[in-house]
Amino acid sequence: MRATFVASEVGTGLRRNLTMTLAVIITVAVSLGLFGASLLVRAQVSTMKDFWYDKVEVSIFLCSKGSDTPSCAGGAVTNAQRDQIEADLESLRPLVEDIYYESKAEAYARFQEQFKNSPIVDNVTENALPESFRVKLSDPTKYDVVASAFAGRPGIEQVNDQRQILDKFFRLLGGLQLIALLIAMSMLIVTVLLIVNTMRVAAFSRRRETSIMRLVGASNFYIQLPFLLEAALAAGLGALLAIGTLIASKAILIDQVLAPSFQFTAFVGWDAVAGIAPLMLLTGVGLAGLAAFFTLRKYLRV
Amino acid sequence: MILFDHVTKVYASSQARPALDDVSLEIEKGEFIFLVGPSGSGKSTFLRLVLREERPTRGQVWVLGKELNRLSNWKIPAMRRQIGTVFQDFRLLPNKTVFENVAFALEVIGKPSSHIKKVVPEVLEVVGLEGKEGRRPDELSGGEQQRVAIARAFVNRPMLLIADEPTGNLDPGTSIGIMKLLDRINKLGTTVVMSTHDSQIVDQMRRRVIELEAGHVVRDQSRGVYGYAR
Ligand SMILES: Nc1ncnc2c1ncn2[C@@H]1O[C@H](COP(=O)(O)OP(=O)(O)OP(=O)(O)O)[C@@H](O)[C@H]1O
Ligand SMILES: [Mg+2]
Repeated sequence: MRATFVASEVGTGLRRNLTMTLAVIITVAVSLGLFGASLLVRAQVSTMKDFWYDKVEVSIFLCSKGSDTPSCAGGAVTNAQRDQIEADLESLRPLVEDIYYESKAEAYARFQEQFKNSPIVDNVTENALPESFRVKLSDPTKYDVVASAFAGRPGIEQVNDQRQILDKFFRLLGGLQLIALLIAMSMLIVTVLLIVNTMRVAAFSRRRETSIMRLVGASNFYIQLPFLLEAALAAGLGALLAIGTLIASKAILIDQVLAPSFQFTAFVGWDAVAGIAPLMLLTGVGLAGLAAFFTLRKYLRV
Repeated sequence: MILFDHVTKVYASSQARPALDDVSLEIEKGEFIFLVGPSGSGKSTFLRLVLREERPTRGQVWVLGKELNRLSNWKIPAMRRQIGTVFQDFRLLPNKTVFENVAFALEVIGKPSSHIKKVVPEVLEVVGLEGKEGRRPDELSGGEQQRVAIARAFVNRPMLLIADEPTGNLDPGTSIGIMKLLDRINKLGTTVVMSTHDSQIVDQMRRRVIELEAGHVVRDQSRGVYGYAR
């Protein structure tokens, strides 16, 4: 194996096919960039899930005087009902991790705090807000267990799961991520087709060299190696561009722009980027290598 | 060295008439063979079968002790390293110098550069191109270009040299020089098989002549001439 010779062949090939090489680099960069972005969004969704599911609670609102749900037909919740509900919640441990009772007065104080800049505060009296049990579950996905045990019971107006509201939001993000992934996949297909064509052109423009190589007994491996290296090199460059963009997005868009403006939520860390970057490089170089290999097998036969 | 055993070659695109039809012959080590015959008689097809650029439709081709049909694909390069090839159109790389063109044949089979630096000047001397190492093909005459091609074919000291009309693009004077070179290579121990339309050369050299016509061997004569009636 003559490394310098192979390297000079690769250099000549890349220069001779400069426009095609550039096209490959750019499509690889764009498709892998999208691919990486969609993976990053996925990591972001899972970071946010971890963050939020840890905080969500199930709220069991108790009947007040004016409630008109059927379970509140008996008027405001009685002390006996309230005690029974609390006892039943206790019996659901360890699924039920924390139980916190919020009285009308506390609910009102919290409401005032939440909407302190809004005129709405003046129109709401303490009596309009229901008392409730706030329940934290050890496994937030087991909401149904609580719902089926308490929903519709006399004295309970409503059982509410914050998680369901969050899930709508996460489903939206998941949808966006899926769309980005689909676009990335079709871009990757375009990239593979482009590489296949580039290899065909490269094999054609160097048919003199390769036909001489075959005649003097060069092995298939030796004949194909410069082409494979060219494809891998172009794809590798494109992948590095895409990875650079990903790192810049994390450092600037997420850390400098988004994170300071949305402090209430968590954002993906560098560990996610570190996991995605090698995957991008591997996907780019691997796809290019495979595309080149199968094309060359057809066009550079012994 | 070469053995054709009832070889028939029918090209897929021209099913009507075989390019070679039931050809059987043997070529011994050290021989110098002229392959003659009208255009389309199957000379190039014969040579391509020896190089296993084509496979026979029927029959067996033996080269250097191996039956080519049974030789697996990955062993073909090793076989071709023992065969030199020369063509009418020289097949040089236009952007490489004389030295680089010859060295290319060694580089692509992974020979070390110390070996290349030693053997390339040697073979350029054999073909009479010393002093022209740095020229490009377009700075050489046709005869000189063919000498480069022969140097490239011979640099590995092959057992067998295949030449398809090596003087086809050259004037008679230059052709004689090339023939003297091929004769010298033959005397160094390499078996030479060349196809040609050049009656003068064949008549002068008086070597074994195999004549093909429409895919059949119509004459196989040691110390032969180009044609009976010509
Ligand atoms: N690749 C091919 N596909 C189909 N037919 C071919 C192919 N190569 C050669 N032939 C046919 O095979 C026959 C023999 O061709 P070949 O090239 O062996 O002749 P030749 O003796 O070398 O002729 P020339 O003296 O003109 O070089 C011809 O009829 C030709 O048309
Ligand atoms: Mg021919």
